Amino acid sequence: MSASDSRELRIVGFLCNWCSYGGADTAGVARFSQPTDLRIIRVPCSGRIDPLFIVRALINGADGVLVSGCHPRDCHYAEGNFYARRRLETLKQFLSATGIDPRRFEYTWVSASEGQRWQHVVTEFTRRIHELGPAPTMSHVSDGAWFDAAAPAAAGQGCPCHG
Amino acid sequence: MRIGVFICHCGSNIAGTVDVVAVAQAAAKFPEVAYATDTMYACSEPGQEAIVQAVKEHQLDGVVVASCTPRMHEPTFRRTVERAGINRYFFEMANIREHVSWIGKNAERNTVKAIELVRMAVEKLRRNRPLIPKRFDVVKRVLVIGGGVAGIQAALDCADGGQEVVLVEREQSIGGKMAKLDKTFPTIDCSSCVLGPKMVDVGQHPKITLHTLAEIESVSGYVGNFQVTIRKKARFVDWSKCTGCGLCMEKCPSRKAPDPFNEGLCTAPSINIPFPQAIPKKAAINPDTCIMKQKGKCGLCAKICPVKCIDFDQQDELVTVDVGAIVVATGYDLFDWHKYPQYGQGRYPDVITSLQYERLLSASGPTGGHIKRPSDGKEPKTVVFIQCVGSRDRSVDRPYCSGFCCMYTAKQAILTKDHIPDSQSYVFYMDIRSPGKGYDEFTRRAMEEYGAQYVRGRVSMIYPKGDQLVVRGADTLAGTQVEVAADLVVLAVGAEAARGAVTLGEKLRVVPDQYGFFVESHPKLKPVETNTAGVFLAGACQGPKDIPASVGQGSAAAAKVLALLSKDQLESDPQVSRVTPARCVGCGKCVQTCPFGAIKLVEDRFGNPKAEVVETVCQGCGICTVTCPQGAIQLEHFTDNQILAEVNALCPPRIRVNYAS
Repeated sequence: MSASDSRELRIVGFLCNWCSYGGADTAGVARFSQPTDLRIIRVPCSGRIDPLFIVRALINGADGVLVSGCHPRDCHYAEGNFYARRRLETLKQFLSATGIDPRRFEYTWVSASEGQRWQHVVTEFTRRIHELGPAPTMSHVSDGAWFDAAAPAAAGQGCPCHG
Repeated sequence: MRIGVFICHCGSNIAGTVDVVAVAQAAAKFPEVAYATDTMYACSEPGQEAIVQAVKEHQLDGVVVASCTPRMHEPTFRRTVERAGINRYFFEMANIREHVSWIGKNAERNTVKAIELVRMAVEKLRRNRPLIPKRFDVVKRVLVIGGGVAGIQAALDCADGGQEVVLVEREQSIGGKMAKLDKTFPTIDCSSCVLGPKMVDVGQHPKITLHTLAEIESVSGYVGNFQVTIRKKARFVDWSKCTGCGLCMEKCPSRKAPDPFNEGLCTAPSINIPFPQAIPKKAAINPDTCIMKQKGKCGLCAKICPVKCIDFDQQDELVTVDVGAIVVATGYDLFDWHKYPQYGQGRYPDVITSLQYERLLSASGPTGGHIKRPSDGKEPKTVVFIQCVGSRDRSVDRPYCSGFCCMYTAKQAILTKDHIPDSQSYVFYMDIRSPGKGYDEFTRRAMEEYGAQYVRGRVSMIYPKGDQLVVRGADTLAGTQVEVAADLVVLAVGAEAARGAVTLGEKLRVVPDQYGFFVESHPKLKPVETNTAGVFLAGACQGPKDIPASVGQGSAAAAKVLALLSKDQLESDPQVSRVTPARCVGCGKCVQTCPFGAIKLVEDRFGNPKAEVVETVCQGCGICTVTCPQGAIQLEHFTDNQILAEVNALCPPRIRVNYAS
């Protein structure tokens, strides 16, 4: 089943303003059709993307997160994407430890002129997420149980497993 | 907060695949939205006026426009809301055209997506703060990179406009490709007679500082305040003394190296002035071929030089200049035609490039303006021109049209007849592209008055026969195969990005396209601007261009520079990082990561180290915000809370924990 005729999944994109957001615009101007699942959040630089944002999206139930910045050495801010590359790669390695399938997160580099490449990236990533299916939810945990676990943690008392 | 939401139809561009009325209705229910409507063209004058009116009528203090990309009209709408009396940063845009209506065909899904993008924008806007720009001084000097005709024009226009100009050229003389041409189309003007006076003007202009044999080493800073380091390569001649007399050239015993100015058709001495009209007219030593530099003995030029300006120990010199704006005019290079097996890959000396043919035609060229073929110096009677060598050909990854080859081929066919009246020219072409003033008439003249035979078709092979070359190709109009026995074959090689363009682009933060040509800010409306403020493009570095177009762009870039430098101060973008001193622990990580040196550590009144942002230096990348372990430094307009609000708008938290309790 292709991505376009199945149920839409929730994919969040974080794109740097100068290259990848422009690349997505270029793809739009050229009318390169893409799956509709992706929602793009514009940030100035891939170096502005806190791994926390990605994890927050995934914890909140996103089925996939796609990050894209300028090609390495082409950063509008000289070196922002080098920082991004380290942070994102670390996050990717780390995700499996959190129980989140690392295949649900991808980062890539797309320049402002690469509309066609952007179309390819979106189409491929959307297909991957559709193959993985919707992200698993903790449906067996009731809202009350969540609250019982989360409230003491928020109050700084730690979670039960750590005493 | 009272937010107004405006959903743009953009004619049918958005409304065609998005139910804009439904989006407006949905937006009206979002928190703090006081007013939501759809509008035909939000960016038009009535559209903007409607926003201003709505702000007043509904006492709005924030505006969301859902239309095209913010990269296009964010500045437009910011001015609109400012006109309505709101701080311009209480404005957000949802991109429902490039990212929704133009890429998705399913109207239902597009509408849902548009609603969600508007919701994201509303959630972000709710957390915006009013921002006020700071002002900073502008350095009144411009750097022009590249001394071809585009760079020359830009430099002269800027200098005539009263600004100081630093012109940097990689080669020994300015002039670029145009200086190598014999005549120019469609007037058959003498190229060096047109360009020469301009080059002299550059050399003599009191406002222009010229650095040739120089390259850009590094660029830092930002619009209004760039710091540029220029590497002036060792030329082993003291140019402050050299008079350009040329005695050294005559005596130099090393003269085996191919002459780059004459495209390798002849050789040049190791100490050389590239051509008679060179600016600056100074000699330079090529250390790769100089006997003294290679073997440590000779020094004949040093002995003969009447002003004793030879200095074999000269080193590269680094010069640093502060400039307020940069014009990139690095031009193009020729496609390497050796990739084509059918043209002999260099086995036949009488297959030459169009630029080599220009040198053969030129009176200052290696043959003194007499067309003599390279193999035996004979005058060719049959000349075959092959067009589109490295243009419009996907097989060599050059699908674009180089634009000027059709015209210069027609010119060369005309000049061939002028030089050798009993000659016959054949032109193998794909299509004739001559869309310029007087251009089509010119190609017609080549065919009708000068009798050039135009054959529509590609050449499949060239093979030698006697002292001639047989060119075999198709005539697609006649539907036959043709063979022409030629004395000389001229390849109309296409243009490709100048070598080193990509490296230079990295230094300037200007993005090249997939073929290495620099990308302009907007293909229609900002042809000479780049996405880096203060850096402008001129000439063929942006894409293949003929001389008038390059000159036009040079002047256009100069106009942009003069407009920029006419201001004494510029407004800095207030989307910069801000430190909350109470949270800052003075670890200094932000100071280390900032690529612009915009953060420094200062002591507060208790002597504790605290980060402080220099607002006019900060470029607003937000690297520091992610680095800070305390969340003490936040990028204004893109704070953690704002981005997380967007995430939450897309992926609502499954459970709301009241952390405050």
